[in-house]
Parts: sequence; structure tokens; C-alpha cells
Amino acid sequence: MSESAVAAPVARDFRVQRWSWVSVLFAGGLAGIVTVLAFGPVLLGENTQNNLIQLYFLMIMAMMWNALAGYGGLVSVGQQGFIGLGAYAAVFFSVQHGLNPYMSMLLGTLVAGAVAIPIAAVVLWLRNGAFAIATWVVAEVFSILVSLDPNPAIGGGTGTSALLPFNLRYDPTHRLHYTYWAALGAVAVFLLLLFVLLRSRLGGSLQAIRDDEEAAASVGVRVLLGKGVLFVVAGMGCAAAGTVILAWQLSVLPIGPDSIFGINWTARMIFMVLVGGIGTFEGPIIGAVVLYVLQTYVSISGIWYFVMLGGIAIGFALLLPRGIWGTIQERFNVQLLPVGYRLRTGDGR
Amino acid sequence: MTWFAAVVHGILLGGFYALLASGLALLFGVMRIINLAHGSLALVGAYMSFLLVEHTGMSTYLTLLPVLPGALIVGYLLQRTMLERSLRAGQLVPLLTTFGLLIVIANLLQKFFSPDVHSLDEGAIGTAAWQATSSLAIPWFDVLTLGIAVAVLGGLHLVLRHTQLGRELRATASDADTAELLGVNSRAVYARAAAIAVATAALAGVFYGMRTGFDPNQGGAELLYAFEAVVIGGLGSLWGTLGGGIVLGVSQEIGAQINPEYFALGGHVVFLAVLVGRSMAQASRIRYALRRLA
Repeated sequence: MSESAVAAPVARDFRVQRWSWVSVLFAGGLAGIVTVLAFGPVLLGENTQNNLIQLYFLMIMAMMWNALAGYGGLVSVGQQGFIGLGAYAAVFFSVQHGLNPYMSMLLGTLVAGAVAIPIAAVVLWLRNGAFAIATWVVAEVFSILVSLDPNPAIGGGTGTSALLPFNLRYDPTHRLHYTYWAALGAVAVFLLLLFVLLRSRLGGSLQAIRDDEEAAASVGVRVLLGKGVLFVVAGMGCAAAGTVILAWQLSVLPIGPDSIFGINWTARMIFMVLVGGIGTFEGPIIGAVVLYVLQTYVSISGIWYFVMLGGIAIGFALLLPRGIWGTIQERFNVQLLPVGYRLRTGDGR
Repeated sequence: MTWFAAVVHGILLGGFYALLASGLALLFGVMRIINLAHGSLALVGAYMSFLLVEHTGMSTYLTLLPVLPGALIVGYLLQRTMLERSLRAGQLVPLLTTFGLLIVIANLLQKFFSPDVHSLDEGAIGTAAWQATSSLAIPWFDVLTLGIAVAVLGGLHLVLRHTQLGRELRATASDADTAELLGVNSRAVYARAAAIAVATAALAGVFYGMRTGFDPNQGGAELLYAFEAVVIGGLGSLWGTLGGGIVLGVSQEIGAQINPEYFALGGHVVFLAVLVGRSMAQASRIRYALRRLA
């Protein structure tokens, strides 16, 4: 009796599965949702569009921070540096050089990606806490350099406005529509980019790096390359989120915890990723929705809001380290977007 | 001569950074974690001292008598309730929980003390200075801060070298499991290290409050300087931290000498330059190793 219990599973044939019917259904559903949301400006009121823009940039930030921490094992405390860099680069192109503001947003994102490359070469040698500090210092340097810039369109601690380039070309209604599309488009592009990246060879090597860097290096995984690609993509994603914030609120501040270079963005990112589920593809999206619901429907003053954010993040890190989605995934073995592999036995179990 | 004065002031400032960084270096040396809330805990010390001065009118220095033991208890409890669990959960989790704590503390301080700038009275020594040359005045308070920093680092050094607690700390730091086998209670050792670290943070916070005005959001900025001192000094080394603090202080003062707005930037640039230098050294070591293999 005990013999059959041991022998039976071995006799079955195994197959490695990426897509399951659940994930096919979900990926199709997601594409459908994005398509429906693309009609937002036609179907939804201005308030809802404004709210969804917030949800979109929060989603991008959460995905990017999760890509670094959950897949690369890199806890960054300085992604706000790229958020601010993207926003200010967009100001530079649109206010300073009179380019189309939405084109400027795209250029700002690319500039931040280019800046991320040399920075990656410096900070990626560091591990854990030292990496966290170095990214924070880099963000501070960006913030100081921007506030000291002698150019009147950029510099000054009192912030800058991109009202003019937007309003010269678009009336408020159209501006809202285009900003909405830009934000949704950015979500879709970075979601797809991460999905492709994590399913590629690089995704496998990244997870090997996260689990054991030395072991990964010893079997020939190119550790720095993998981390570097993640760092640059995360920098671009955060910059894209920053340009959306600029287009949404039209003015930004360079200095202070609540500014575009503020540490509060990192607080939000950590909250979203820990609550949703660190190291899962779907988790940050759920975390972003949770944060969005909290800040939209729970009226709570700014100070208590961040006390709550920090407290809940600590609670999740200690008590539910896999977050909402990680816990669900563990219990039911589902994966809505297939970035990993699953081992299935022949009888479907 | 003003450049010389900038260097001297930078060295004295480095003493303050070393004081703030000592607890950070101790905790990193023992547990391999970086407490991102260290600067915020220092600020809590400053605010507690401020409360005591407000309500009793005692001298700021006397407030250390209740504040430091209080900080020891806070550090002990922090380890037992939060850091211990974080450590067990992996290398990254302590960063996440202490960052959460940083956000909670900064905003609670803002709630209870308003975002306004507060300051602590440093007594008669605050205005006294030694006029070394016509263009160089050395404030006695800065000398006192540097002296305290050296005393704290020296005290930690002696404790680590020559006491039972120090032997247990070193044993746990090098191999916690083996230390356990030999009868060391590593949990208790960690908790004592955290208690000492938070007490040094509170001490640094009170001195910070006497040096300059403070507000709830400064925890992050000051913490960053302390971190930089620790990293420049070679993570976890006590006397290296003093050296790192001095390098940082001098860089900031020289930056400010070039342009008053370059104070923080000067420190950050030197910190990043140190990182670049180290990463290049590491890269060349790796290339060297590869060439020998080939």
C-alpha cells in the first residue's frame, strides 16, 4: 500500500506548462480590459478619468519597484529620482524648447533611461542596504542639481510649471483625454515589456540571481547584465510615471518629501508591492488598486495617510510577506499571467 | 586661509557624522542590516529632549539622563518586536520594515510637533569659540561633539574588545549559529546591540538639535549623511566610520566654500566617487582573476 503511494506519481508523465486555461482567459481578459479602458474619454466622466490617471501612474511605479525588488533582489529607495528626472526632462523639452508636451513626455522617459545606464554601472556593484542608500543619494543629487539649475524654466526650489505648453496646444478637455491615453498607454507598454522580459531567458536568470547570486554567477548567469537591464527599464518606467504626474498636475516641486523627487513616492511603491505581493507579476497591480481605493475613498489627512501606509507595509512585511496575491497564489496554485513555469502531472494535477 | 578653515570645520563636522553613524555601523557590523530609521530615531531623541526642556526647564545636557536610558529600552523593544522578525524573513525585509518605520516616525513627529523648526539650547558653550587665527574660529561646541564621538567610538571599541558582551557580540557577528552552540543567546545579544545603537542615535540627535534647528522631515537627510560616512569608512568598521565622517564633513565644507548651495552636493559627489572607485577596483580584480583562469 505504501509502495503504490510512493511509486504512483513517479510513473506518471510530467509536462512543463506555461499557459493554463486560466491564464489564457486572463491574458485575453486583460487585453479586453485595456481595450475597453482605452474608450475611457468617451465613456467616463472627467472625475473618473482623473482618478484613473492616478491609478495608472501608481500601477507603473508599483510594477517597476517590484521588478527591481521582487525579481532583481534590489531594494531601491531612490526611484523617486527617476520620477523627478522624467518630469523635469519633459519640462525641459516642452517649456524650454517648445516641443509638443506629449512628445516631450516620451523624450523625458528615454532620457531617464539613458541616464540610468551609467548609474547602474556604479550602484549595481552594491548589495542590499548599501544599494538602497546609493540609490537614495543619486535621487538626492538629481533633486539638488535640478533645484540649482540656473535655467529659469527648470531651477528654483519653488518648482516649475508646464501649464503653458499644454494650454497653448490643447483645451482642458482634450488635454485630459490625451493625458489619460498617455497614462494608459504607458501602463500597457510597460506591462507588456516586463511580461516579455520576464518570460525571456533573462527572466529565468533574474530569478536565479534573486534566489542566490553567487550560485547563479557560478553556473554562468550574467548577473550584472540582468540587473542592469532591470535597472534601466525600472528607471524608464518611473520616469514615464513622472511625466504622467507632470501632465496631470501641470506643476512640480523639486525639494521636499512630497515633491516630485520626494521620498513619499518610495513609501507608496513599497506599500503597493508589499500589500499586493512582492515577486509576483500580478501583485503590484493589485497593490496599486488597493492604494488607489484607500486614497480615493478613505478620507484621511495627509499625515495619518503616510503613518498608515508605513504601518501597513511593516505589518505585511512581517505577517504576510507574500502579500495578497502571493498568498492566494500559494493556496490555489493559480497564475493569471504566466511568467513562470508550472510542473503538471499527466492526470492534470 | 578660508580653505584651511573649511577643512578644519569639515573635520569637526565629521565628528558629528561619526557620532550619528556609530550606532548604524555597530548594527551593520553585528547583524548585517542597515537600519533606515536610524536618523528618525535620532530625531525622536531630539524631540524628547525638547519636551523635557519645555516642561521642566532643565539644561539640555541633563535631559540626556532620562533620554538615553529611554532610548536603550526603545532599541531593545524595537529589536524584539520588529527587527528580529525582519531578520528571520531574509536580507531584504529589514530594509523594508525600517523604511516603513522611517515614514511612520517622520509623519508622527509632524503630527505631534508640527512641521515647524525646533531647536535645543546648547548653553554657554554654544557661543564660545577659540580664535585660532584671524580667519579661523573654532567653536567649542563642535570640539565637544567631536570629543563625544571619539569617546563613543572608543567606548564601543573597548566594549567589543574587552567585555563579555563584546566577546558575545563578536562571536554572534562572525557566526550566529556556532555562537549559539557555545551557549551564547544570540537574540539577547542582538537586542543589546540594538539598544546601544538606538541610544547612540538619541545622543547624536540631541547634539544635532543643539547644533542646528530640526524639523520632522530631516531624519532622512541626516540619515543619508550618516550612511555615507559608514559606507565611505568601509561598512561596519568603527574607526573607519570616524574617517568616513571626516571625509564627508570636509567634502561638504569644501563644496560650501565653492558655493554655499553646494554643501550637500559636495558630500554626495565624493560619496559617489568613492563608489565608482570601488566598483572600478572590483571590476579590475575580477578581470585579473579571469585572466589568471584563462
